[in-house]
Amino acid sequence: MSGKDTFEPRIVAFLCNWCSYTAADLAGIARLKYPGNVRIIRVMCSGRVAPGFILKAFHEGADGVLVGGCHPGDCHYLEGNYKTLKRKLVMDRLLDQFGIEKDRFRLEWISGAEGEKLARVANEMTERVRRLGPLGRTRERLARADALELRNEGGAASG
Amino acid sequence: MADKLKLALYWAASCGGCEIAVLDIDEKILKVAELADIYLWPVALDFKYKDVEALADGFLDVCLFNGAIRNSEQREIAELLRRKSKVMVAFGACACYGGIPSLANQFDRDQIFGRVYFDTPSTVNPGKVLPQTSYRVPEGELHLPTFYNAVYKLDDAVKVDYYLPGCPPPPSLIWTAVEAIVSGNLPPPGSVIAEEKAVCHFCTKRKDEKTVTAFRRVHEFIPDPEKCLLEQGIICSGPVTRGGCGERCLSANMPCRGCFGPTPEAIEQGANMLGAVATMVEGKDEQALAKALETVVDPLGTFYRFTLADSFLRLRNRSLTAREAERAGAAPAPKEVAS
Repeated sequence: MSGKDTFEPRIVAFLCNWCSYTAADLAGIARLKYPGNVRIIRVMCSGRVAPGFILKAFHEGADGVLVGGCHPGDCHYLEGNYKTLKRKLVMDRLLDQFGIEKDRFRLEWISGAEGEKLARVANEMTERVRRLGPLGRTRERLARADALELRNEGGAASG
Repeated sequence: MADKLKLALYWAASCGGCEIAVLDIDEKILKVAELADIYLWPVALDFKYKDVEALADGFLDVCLFNGAIRNSEQREIAELLRRKSKVMVAFGACACYGGIPSLANQFDRDQIFGRVYFDTPSTVNPGKVLPQTSYRVPEGELHLPTFYNAVYKLDDAVKVDYYLPGCPPPPSLIWTAVEAIVSGNLPPPGSVIAEEKAVCHFCTKRKDEKTVTAFRRVHEFIPDPEKCLLEQGIICSGPVTRGGCGERCLSANMPCRGCFGPTPEAIEQGANMLGAVATMVEGKDEQALAKALETVVDPLGTFYRFTLADSFLRLRNRSLTAREAERAGAAPAPKEVAS
């Protein structure tokens, strides 16, 4: 929690079983380096990533959220990734309304053969979020702020 | 008369509609008067806070508390009524989930005061006067409640036993609650007094294919009253909203706005609604989709219309950092503008 230079962001990555997760496997086999800041959660399809997962990830302490799916037309379930895209287009606008920077949420199409792309996206995203600094939307921080306001006015009242 | 129900009703950050809803049980209100002694009801009866303070703790059987917590007076009275009441009921969407007032959580106090006391076209305030929490006059010191940086739901401030949602709660449910309380036949604490299933389950409109090319708003056309409103491109919160309201909006051919809050299994009402709405739009081309989805005007205000104070993110980032900085008496907090 010191300066921004040493800040290590926590990035939650929801990767689909058929493409992006396979790409992560490939990246591992190919010994490509990408930062441990990216914590991968395997889902069967990017379409399974309900908008609530993304918001909950931020709420639980993520500084960034990455969703990885198959390229358009390649979805194992035919249209799951299109559903993800549609939600993402609205989610971008919602996060903006919440004051959360664009770079903290990213959707990428990464095929099973693109281990390199996965590593590149993971690197890029980690750097961008590192530059933004901690999001700090955790439930603990919210609770602390609430406690300050609701339980302990402490004479700090102002008009 | 010893076993008459001892009742208090209070309004905090609310519009007054919940008070009207209590009267909307019509002639049954006379029955309430027969069954209950009222000890506080600011909108209708002239009791003072000190009358309530004088009561023994736990003296009141039930408090029906409507409205969200916007300032320190509301919090204090919530705490007082909690101490004095055996059963605390969050009455209406604002007390349950923050309601419409919690949409103000997109802004912090400075922004709200700036808008209200300086910027609105009808404001004339050359002295830049803002309300003060304490002010000296020759007769002594005057006090005003502290206006909080955020709006809270009732259970952020005190323990709540039952939730009676709605904007306002429908008379039938109010009566259900009153009867349950009078008979002592109460559900487990923490229960929401409404249905478990979504509004769509109760809606009688015809439902076919959930696909649209764009969304439209209610003032733009008159929808077919027989057909699902979502399928006609009107954003209707029925799929993610708890039923039990009697579908009054839908029978007037208006969409569900979500005032009953999330269904029990929803991750979050707003997020679930976003998912449901966005995936209805047809197409595969990103640019065309982006354009079509721009017809979802104001996603935050639409999806979180009644539940912003009860959501994962709850506030615009600025409100949170400003609040902490102010309390710490420190320099501006580290975030909001990325360096």
